Amino acid sequence: MEEHLINNVLLGLLMMTGFAIVRMKSLLAVTMLTSIYSLLSASLFVVLDAVDVALTEAAIGAGISTILLLATVARTTDEEKAPRHKPLLPLFVVVATGAALIYGTLDMPNYGDPMAPIHLHVAPTYLHVTPEEIGVPNVVTSVLASFRGYDTLGEVTVIFTAGAGVLALLGYRTRRRNSQDPEIRKMVVLRVITKLFFPLILLFALYVQFHGDYGPGGGFQAGVIFATGFILYALAYGLGNVQRIIPYRTLRIMMVAGVLIYIGVGIESMLLGGKFLEYRILADDPVTGQHLGIMLIELGVGITVAAVILIIYYGFVSRRH
Amino acid sequence: MGTVVHILSWICLTGGACFVLVGAIGVLRLPDFYTRLHAVSVSDTMGAGLVLAGLMLQGGLSMVTVKLVLIFYFMIFTGPTATHALAEAALQAKLKPVVDDREP
Repeated sequence: MEEHLINNVLLGLLMMTGFAIVRMKSLLAVTMLTSIYSLLSASLFVVLDAVDVALTEAAIGAGISTILLLATVARTTDEEKAPRHKPLLPLFVVVATGAALIYGTLDMPNYGDPMAPIHLHVAPTYLHVTPEEIGVPNVVTSVLASFRGYDTLGEVTVIFTAGAGVLALLGYRTRRRNSQDPEIRKMVVLRVITKLFFPLILLFALYVQFHGDYGPGGGFQAGVIFATGFILYALAYGLGNVQRIIPYRTLRIMMVAGVLIYIGVGIESMLLGGKFLEYRILADDPVTGQHLGIMLIELGVGITVAAVILIIYYGFVSRRH
Repeated sequence: MGTVVHILSWICLTGGACFVLVGAIGVLRLPDFYTRLHAVSVSDTMGAGLVLAGLMLQGGLSMVTVKLVLIFYFMIFTGPTATHALAEAALQAKLKPVVDDREP
């Protein structure tokens, strides 16, 4: 009962935010509203018990993409251009698509129905087999990294390709060491608190990275949180100072290294006589092998995600106005 | 014992919710940026703090409470910092506060 109430309130707020985004003309306000939208979806995922997804949505949707959008708005304009064409055709397309989607939901099983096809296909096997063969308490991690290792490799490659694409489009210019707004130099409180929290954020990222087997988290979330720490530092101390910690060249190597670690684990298991990404061959004991394989590929995911996000951030910020 | 803790925790949770509500009303009703910021900071510190305290009482002596203490520590540092940074940025952008200049 309460869950339905919370769900409906959250969905209502999502809808209102959506309308507000359409109505607003100032792109700065729209950016903040999209951040709120992501935060609301993250809360919705928590109510649905999808904590791993909620963590990702909060970190990427409400965190990183807001910063990237703000960087874009700061470098372009915050006024929405008036459309040149009539809104009738887009309206028709949206209404038709929405009607088709709603028509599609009519055939879907009821929410939470235990006899729904998705609960009868492979999910029972995953739930049943995970404790014995993989020994990881968080089934999401075991599905993501072990049962569906190929899919996750594909996702990491997508992220890598996105990073390479932004790199090719935006390029990168080296900035002087202390290129920073003089206004921010005066904000002592902000700078001190940033210095205080920078190591804590990195520590939390490592916790999310290596605790992903037991609780919500894993390489994707940890990589984002790691990058967030550096972006916070860049906001308070200027891009030049962050590049002294992680130079651009290192990031490019990291971006490739993460994917290579992932593929390397797969090839290693083939060399040992198993199939591609068959982790249980990696150690004498199959469960230890699974643990090792999951840890290594999550590490690869984390490195690539962190590097790609920082590369995109460097690319956006290093451009002149 | 259990009942007393339960009641205390609900007092904290309701109190926190009231502070958040007061903050929200303040954002809507107060006249300019600085006073609205003042209203938001109430829900940031007292609202979130009391809700967390209530949840800690619900959690008892467990790992959950330790994590909530860490979140509390995080909130009492970041909330005021964010408020301060916003006010400072507005001041540097030469945003004038609304002043009541009628004779008292």
